[in-house]
Amino acid sequence: MLENLLQTPYETASIILFGIGFTSLMLQKNMIKKIVGFNMMDSAIYLFLAAKGYIDGRKAPIVVNGVTSVEAYINPIPSGLVLTGIVVSVSVTSLMLALTVRLYRRYHTLDIDEITALARKEEP
Amino acid sequence: MESVWQNIPFFCILLCIASASFTSVLPKRAARAVCLLVVLAVIAMSALLIGRVSAYGGSYTYMMGHFPAPWGNEIRAGLLEAVVALAFGVIMLLAILGGLDRIDEHVFDDKQNLYFIMLELLLAALLAQVYTNDLFTGYVFVEIMTLTACSLIIARSKGRTLVAATRYMIMNLMGSGLFLLGLSFLYGMTGHLLMSHIHEKVAALAADGAYPRALTVTVALMSLGLAIKSALFPFHTWLPDAYGYSTPTSSAVLSSLVSKGYIILLIKLFYRVIGLEIVRQTRINNVLFVFGLVGIIMGSLSAIREKDIRRMVSFSSVAQIGYIYMGIGMGTEAGMVAAVFHIFVHGMAKSMLFLSTSGLVQVSGESKLFRDLRGSGYRNPIAGVAFSVGSFSMVGIPFLGGFISKVYFAKAAMLMNPTETLIVLLVLAASTILNTIYFLKTVITLYRPVPADGPADARRPAFVVSMLCLIAVNFALGTFSQPIIEAIRAGLRMFA
Amino acid sequence: MAKLKSNYETSAWARFLRWMKGGGSGLDRSMIRSLGEEALPSQRSESEHLAIERAREEREKQDLERERLIQERLHAWSRSRGSRLVNALYRLSAIVVCIAIIYVLLSSVSELPPFGRAENPVNNEVSARYIEDGLAETGSVNIVGGMILDYRAFDTLGESHVLFVAACAVVLLLRINLDKDGRPTREKLDAEADDRKYEPHNDVILQKISNLIVPCLLLFGIYVVLNGHLSAGGGFSGGAIMGAALILYVNAHGLTKAGQHRLFSYRVYKALTFCALAFYALAKSYSFFMGANHLDSHIPLGTPGRILSAGLILPLNIAVGIVVAWTMYSFYTLFRKGDF
Repeated sequence: MLENLLQTPYETASIILFGIGFTSLMLQKNMIKKIVGFNMMDSAIYLFLAAKGYIDGRKAPIVVNGVTSVEAYINPIPSGLVLTGIVVSVSVTSLMLALTVRLYRRYHTLDIDEITALARKEEP
Repeated sequence: MESVWQNIPFFCILLCIASASFTSVLPKRAARAVCLLVVLAVIAMSALLIGRVSAYGGSYTYMMGHFPAPWGNEIRAGLLEAVVALAFGVIMLLAILGGLDRIDEHVFDDKQNLYFIMLELLLAALLAQVYTNDLFTGYVFVEIMTLTACSLIIARSKGRTLVAATRYMIMNLMGSGLFLLGLSFLYGMTGHLLMSHIHEKVAALAADGAYPRALTVTVALMSLGLAIKSALFPFHTWLPDAYGYSTPTSSAVLSSLVSKGYIILLIKLFYRVIGLEIVRQTRINNVLFVFGLVGIIMGSLSAIREKDIRRMVSFSSVAQIGYIYMGIGMGTEAGMVAAVFHIFVHGMAKSMLFLSTSGLVQVSGESKLFRDLRGSGYRNPIAGVAFSVGSFSMVGIPFLGGFISKVYFAKAAMLMNPTETLIVLLVLAASTILNTIYFLKTVITLYRPVPADGPADARRPAFVVSMLCLIAVNFALGTFSQPIIEAIRAGLRMFA
Repeated sequence: MAKLKSNYETSAWARFLRWMKGGGSGLDRSMIRSLGEEALPSQRSESEHLAIERAREEREKQDLERERLIQERLHAWSRSRGSRLVNALYRLSAIVVCIAIIYVLLSSVSELPPFGRAENPVNNEVSARYIEDGLAETGSVNIVGGMILDYRAFDTLGESHVLFVAACAVVLLLRINLDKDGRPTREKLDAEADDRKYEPHNDVILQKISNLIVPCLLLFGIYVVLNGHLSAGGGFSGGAIMGAALILYVNAHGLTKAGQHRLFSYRVYKALTFCALAFYALAKSYSFFMGANHLDSHIPLGTPGRILSAGLILPLNIAVGIVVAWTMYSFYTLFRKGDF
């Protein structure tokens, strides 16, 4: 397994980052650290996707000098998917940060367990 | 040139999307009117589509743009998609009508048009997921649905809804990440994003025996991602808070539409992208089956312990989603038909339960505890009747939808090997008893004779109309279920 | 019973009950009564300003005191022995879970085709057509830009609406409302006063430098947007740069000065977003409808390489750029002040 992993270095790195980010999102108690974990997880997936598109020795898919042969450019599809994904990631991060700001104003703490405990005492 | 009616799915989706940006500049009343008109238009067009597609006799693809798939986007419409779109449209319309006055109460006036924007975009995302033939389009609209559903929860701004929305977003983001990673693996292995092409490639790869572990892990990642987002058993902790504390329209829409959208995408994944045989080989469906069974029992047990009526109804949702996953997990066509029919039954009954609960709570001094709801069935008769009909449907009393779906689950279970049949029948029986305990207890509480001293109930026309329509639909699902089941079966055959 | 006590409102029990019920920002009721009716900011005199400032400082001191007590109570628990053991076990199980996830995923990544080979399954006829015929069919020199705005335009339509939903959700959460009669609420006045801390006072260096940089940034952003079909660029990246320019301007010169420009108001934001997204949806609907029904859409493709070419891609890039720029600015101002 190790030799195969060395042949796909970027994918391996992205999986390690994904694991760390996913665990942070799931198990960290501080809201800001959860958001950082989510961003790390998403960026890792984009690294994975972008690595899928690269071909050794070819250039970025912008036509220069009218050359439109397949052998001159890398695969453009993963770049497009990553563009879409980045916008989604930014949107979700802004929503989560807005939620964190409101929660902090209300409960004066960033710890999700403490917030849940404080919220349970409120009237529904 | 294709016939005009084939443009209907495209019209529905783009109408919802265009109306969303239009609603952002409208004041409160105009926004409400636009939203209701858009949903009515979607219902009308979907009904027309059902008629034409059954006459056409198969599903057809529709190019979104000048380029054929796989280079351009494509949507595909068949009988099942049209029926599902109609059902979702009807549920959304009745949910909005039933909770209209509560929206006025709970959401700030300046921000009400934002609420209706979210509803329209939710409908657009649902329709896009139902009709899409491309996996990445499905992912983008899954994200739209996640964000709009979160906004529906936070529309009612109280401490507990904010916490519920945060926990909802955290679980949903985990699910999205897993789904996107699975999608990337699948793209890396097959090189296609169009569902039909992925199917051919995956079948070839499985036959060759290439990627033995990667294929299993990919299917597991994608199913796990969607299962987390639709609140399958161990991942349901966000559900009671999110459904219980938001405004009634949001609870109805969330419980009936949002989870079901993800489940429809999961069924599409199993049928059209991976193929049922390969899914059975990877045994993912067995995992979903077990979680579904456990969810049924645990959901009902948690519901019995609740003292707050809305949280009780939310825990009952967990149990019903367990039923649907049990049907999907069986991995047979009969199981899928039963699961899809239960999606409709649950959607209609659960939205009715949430909306009638809000009506009952209103005449009990805004308290949701059982001791204050005593006798509210007499104070608000229409809500009481609606709640009773919904409860009977969930328990499984004949002439209502829930009975038919339980019968079909049992019939599907008979086709499996004897141990599994026994387990399924036992779980069905146990859950019926557990459902009876908490639902009938509530109905009896509602109709306990107490001296009439509650506030007089102002008749709200939208609420009454919505309740009557929902009661009628629930009885229709129970009595005229045969054509619907036939349509689902034919639609599933076209679906692959 | 308890209400008969003369100073019930300020007693510890009443304060504790208010804290349990999770009230607003811990207002002291007697302070409100002594201040009476809140006049609008423009009508308040200097002495009233001072009184309000002093009342606010009192409240802040009480808030901080309360917060310190809450934190002390919670941290005392967390320093106890039992909870430290639980924390250590929690961290250990988190590391185990992380390693398990990574191991399972790596075992499947090891089977995937190697990095950067031309014969990988992803480099098939789909990408070949984009590269070979992309320039001729879409008129865009930037193949990726042509792909996301022409071939796979439905995905990009969904993606811009994801940004729109997030912006609406942030407005829903963070925009502080006027009360029912249209007068500012206590929350709004508090936020405005808080915001005065962030307004620049005599930041001459910042203002002079930003006077030089902001026009260049805006020009660069517009250049990137307009260049979407000619070279690397596009609506999203250009819009982000323009948004950064707007944020720098407001940071340097202050929200009061920015508020005097019509460009930075909520109505302009709503109008621009509506126009841009409506144009996007209608233009793309026309394109999808014509394409699906095999009709010619009569949009000229022009000569590749000139600025007015590539059909609808240039107007769509402009629309997306406007939406993204104003959305970024709205995030900044909503997070900072709660209003535009």
